[in-house]
Amino acid sequence: MKPRVFAAFVAPSLLMMLIFIAAPLVSVFAQSFYVTQPVFERVEVETCTPSFPTAICTTETKSRPVLDEAGEVQTQTRYVGLESYRNMLQLDRVGEALSSGRIGQILNIDFWSALRFTLMFTLITLPIVIVAGLAIALAVNNAVKSLRGPVIFISLLPFIITPVIGVLSIRWLFIGDGILTAFLENMLARDIAMFAQGWTIELMMLFYRVWHVAPFAFVIFYAGLQTVNQDTLESAIVDGASRWQRLRFVVIPHLGPLITFVALIHLMDAYRAFEEIVGFSSQSHVISLQWLTYDLLQPDDAGNRAISRASASAMLTMIGVVILLIAPVRRAWREHKGFR
Amino acid sequence: MTAKTLRQPLPLRLASAGFLAFWCLLAIFPIAWIAIMSVKSPVDAFSGSFSEVLTGPATRAGGAGLSGIDLVLGGAVILLLIRWAFTGLPGLVRRRTPAGLLALGWLLGGLGYAVLFGAVVFWLLPTVLGPLDAALGPLGAPVIGATFDHYYAVWVENAFYRNFINSLIVTAGVVTISLTVGTLAGYALARSPSNLAFWLLIAALIFRALPHSVLVAGYLPVFINSRDWLAPIFGEAAPTLYGQPYAVIAVLVAINQPFTIWMLRSFFQNIPTELDEAARVDGCTHFQAFRQVIMPVMWPGVITTGLFSFLLGYNDFLVTSLLLDAQNQTMVPAIASYFNRETTTTDQVEAIAAAVSITAPLFVLVMVFQRQIVSGLTAGAVKG
Repeated sequence: MKPRVFAAFVAPSLLMMLIFIAAPLVSVFAQSFYVTQPVFERVEVETCTPSFPTAICTTETKSRPVLDEAGEVQTQTRYVGLESYRNMLQLDRVGEALSSGRIGQILNIDFWSALRFTLMFTLITLPIVIVAGLAIALAVNNAVKSLRGPVIFISLLPFIITPVIGVLSIRWLFIGDGILTAFLENMLARDIAMFAQGWTIELMMLFYRVWHVAPFAFVIFYAGLQTVNQDTLESAIVDGASRWQRLRFVVIPHLGPLITFVALIHLMDAYRAFEEIVGFSSQSHVISLQWLTYDLLQPDDAGNRAISRASASAMLTMIGVVILLIAPVRRAWREHKGFR
Repeated sequence: MTAKTLRQPLPLRLASAGFLAFWCLLAIFPIAWIAIMSVKSPVDAFSGSFSEVLTGPATRAGGAGLSGIDLVLGGAVILLLIRWAFTGLPGLVRRRTPAGLLALGWLLGGLGYAVLFGAVVFWLLPTVLGPLDAALGPLGAPVIGATFDHYYAVWVENAFYRNFINSLIVTAGVVTISLTVGTLAGYALARSPSNLAFWLLIAALIFRALPHSVLVAGYLPVFINSRDWLAPIFGEAAPTLYGQPYAVIAVLVAINQPFTIWMLRSFFQNIPTELDEAARVDGCTHFQAFRQVIMPVMWPGVITTGLFSFLLGYNDFLVTSLLLDAQNQTMVPAIASYFNRETTTTDQVEAIAAAVSITAPLFVLVMVFQRQIVSGLTAGAVKG
């Protein structure tokens, strides 16, 4: 394919990605250094209250927003350098907490609390998703042929469901004295409030994510299991390998690339955790990095959006994505060069 | 290798079957449970006992319930309808549609079937079974409490159909534009081994990993102020992009592009290059070869990728909730207005009914397209 033809085919897609992905990225980067605020002016206001013999007058300076001719609040945009980042990271408070030895206080700062949860969430769900997906794939592979279709159908439901709705459906099982809370209370003979503290909410979030992603891992591993080399398996049996050894030394190495693939996709998606926070309304206990940006973008009570701080938070979130992708991109590049 | 050596011991088989049964229960329970809750009165829906939620005594006491006759007859009719969708409908569509328009025929067939299904379940069955229950006396007494009040409240009183229409516009736009743009790029990327193609794919991979809120942070100020910077081009008629479903379509298409071109590329790679070469030898240009030779054999891949584009547009919460205002909201963000109110349990059950309404089309989608979804998931993985 000639370069010109190639360019013609790729152009529409490339243009869309440039306008709607690359350009916003650059503008977010730029925005994070600027703050747009209403212009305030300080005016001296004299207020008088009628009194005897003369009115009591006090003068005070007030700041009020400047209005333009149309009566709208004037805004100005100014360069603030790293201030938005400083506001997000609050390094002085972190340093204080570190020097005084009260590490827990760092988690009172939104950004660090979101970072802690996002990393914990990503790293804990990863092994569970892979093991659960593998277990389901092995069990389905073991089942009677006629059962496999229906089982795959049922398994796909949690994967395909709208994430927010999936989170809500689990929330409704537990909220108040929901059916599963009542069940747990019966089992443990004690009062349980699942939404009163952070760690129970986090447990539900972990459960939701595994429930949602395990089907994906399962489908991929199941497809991989169909192509396991039967000859290798048979020779392993002849060599006296036990079932576990066959799984460990034949099947899992065969699935290796697929496991890497699932892990990569899962890391990308779990790092973006967001729907869990919205669905469980957990913002007072647990927040995630993407939710933090989302929240800053929402208009506050006065109708202002903290665009600058949202941009700073978005840029800080990006660092994680970059770290995550360095290894796979380098590997892909090596393979690409070897392939040519 | 004899079958005996490969046979698994009984405990292992039992454990495997037990685990599978447990997983199936786990997978379906939350979804099935909210479907059951949505047809009960609030008292029953949030009751702490399994049997009360299932049978719904308070709903029954309220006069809404299904009798044994209803369950048997209604169940039979619904089962027949579903069976017919898989046995009778495909043949009917194939016979009635002219050769080139099969996709259109299926679209119309699907719509017609949805209307038929709705008419039978929500109109024909109640009008026939109501008098029948009354005539049968004790046999017609309700056994299971069930009410469609919440669905009525959501769809008619709260005008959820408007959100539904917005969702339709957004998803239809996302799917068609994604596929048009994506097939061109996917084809070129599958056929070009150049460094440029490689770096494009890597850039797409990086874009796929971006949190969507990062991108929205870039759009929001631009969209809100779009009147100002579009004024030199459009003059007085400059639109505010914020709140426009069409702007959201463009954004979602772009967000979806990386995924689409990766998936379409792996489908195109499965089509032998000899096919293009034969067409080129016969005098086709690249575009003609693509349009008249490659695309006709590419339909399975296009349908599969279309399904995933549909899911992205349909399931999105973040982009639509930030870029659309309350009047133009799609279904998924609209549901947030229910669970933020949280005043009464009736609101809650209505939210559940809305959630089930959103899930129902997805359920049908998996039922019809299970094979395509599985092939789509594995297409990316097996190719690496």
